[in-house]
Amino acid sequence: MRTNKILVALFTLLICSSLAFAGTVSGKVTYTGTPAHQKPIDMGKEPSCAKQHATPIMTETVVTGDNNALDNVVVYVSSGAPDEGQVPTQAITYTQKGCQYIPHVLAMHVNQEFDIINDDQTSHNIHPLPKVNIEWNKSQPPGTPPIKEKYDKPEFIEVKCNIHPWMHGYFAVLKTSHYDVSKDGGDFKLPNLPPGKYTITAWHEKYGTQTADVTITGNETKDVNFTFKATPY
Amino acid sequence: MAKFFAVTIIVIAVLSAIPILRHTWAAPEDISTHGYLIDEQMSETMAEAGISFLAAQFLLAIFIWMFSNRGPGAKIRNFPGGAKVLVIAALLLVGAEVMALGVFGVKAWANVYLTPPTANAMPIQVQAGQFAFYFRYPGPDGTFGPTHPELINEGSQNFFGLDPEHDTDSRDDIVAAEMAIPVNKEIHLLMHSKDVGHSFFVRELRVQQDFVPGLDVSLHFTATKIGKYEIVCTQLCGLGHYNMKAYLEVMSQQDFDDWLKKEAAMQ
Repeated sequence: MRTNKILVALFTLLICSSLAFAGTVSGKVTYTGTPAHQKPIDMGKEPSCAKQHATPIMTETVVTGDNNALDNVVVYVSSGAPDEGQVPTQAITYTQKGCQYIPHVLAMHVNQEFDIINDDQTSHNIHPLPKVNIEWNKSQPPGTPPIKEKYDKPEFIEVKCNIHPWMHGYFAVLKTSHYDVSKDGGDFKLPNLPPGKYTITAWHEKYGTQTADVTITGNETKDVNFTFKATPY
Repeated sequence: MAKFFAVTIIVIAVLSAIPILRHTWAAPEDISTHGYLIDEQMSETMAEAGISFLAAQFLLAIFIWMFSNRGPGAKIRNFPGGAKVLVIAALLLVGAEVMALGVFGVKAWANVYLTPPTANAMPIQVQAGQFAFYFRYPGPDGTFGPTHPELINEGSQNFFGLDPEHDTDSRDDIVAAEMAIPVNKEIHLLMHSKDVGHSFFVRELRVQQDFVPGLDVSLHFTATKIGKYEIVCTQLCGLGHYNMKAYLEVMSQQDFDDWLKKEAAMQ
């Protein structure tokens, strides 16, 4: 009995100490140069979607913000992540609304289940194009239940709709849950990293990847910034 | 019973001819310069087929009326010369009918397909792909930039695979999801398919032409009435075929110039 109490106390101490020494990597993703001009999308052939947008939505290949901020960049721990193989149980969603994929880039853990939802009054046919995972495409008429899917290998997967050619997005299937997708001005944050050496990778669908090494020694916040070279074409 | 059957055949034949004769389901208004030839051809075909149909039904009814319920031992008379002559006569009759349709129809066909577009026809490229049409205008330089299929990227709206970074001709090309044209101006439509067979059909234009993968198909027409018309795919092309459509906007020259400027600004 006494041994048990000591074990529980030690375990609690261990958890508390690891939380106490959990570091954070945060920063901003920016670009230099001239990013590709984004074009308005004409949804005239699908009136039920077109009327959901007061002004035409723009393509999302390169989404920028003030002060050269770059959004939709997946920033994740590519080496040293403490949670490889720990599949999160909460489901995440990928929504088709207004003939657009929301979010444009969905990051997830390998083998994590995600729901694909059709929130439109028209049929969609979601068709991700993996190279190493198994390829499928599924039709989803309006009002049908969510499609549940998961991928068992890490990969960045382009996603398109077989019915609406302008619909376009990405799945980022990662071996870790320590990821963030830059948004609202290129900001990202990777919290709860125990002390250790990590490689942080930033991935953008058009401008490729960048990496940075970072060492967390205790309860600290490390600033890591990424700058991509943007090209107009 | 046989006489009742014969009368029924006559009634059905006559009733089915009434809506055709009364033009109950008339074709939509023709808005093209060549469409009247197609419409004339359709009327001729309908008249010829209709007269043949009615004649065949009347003959059938007469034969049933006259020769049914004959007693045993009634003499059976054959067609003069037997079955072989009957088949040859039928072939000649049907052949003459088909030949006549071809001879009368060739002027409509030739007007669309065998005459080249005039030198000042406006070129527009249309690309069909599962499941949408996209249109390309050459821009101020009057030249289409080359296409590179490997560069096709629908996510960034590069539907034709243009390379404006390296091809200067591509930089002013205008790509749109609807087809705007000026009224009373000849259009030279350059058609190609990105994937499978499709079709370009505008009822009011009297134009229906297949896209054949691997072939550049060319077509020319002139629209004569301002308005908005539907372009639909009429070749079953896959899951989203039912939803494959675009719109044709026939505009005044001034409106068209403004539209082109607006589209150019969005490229």
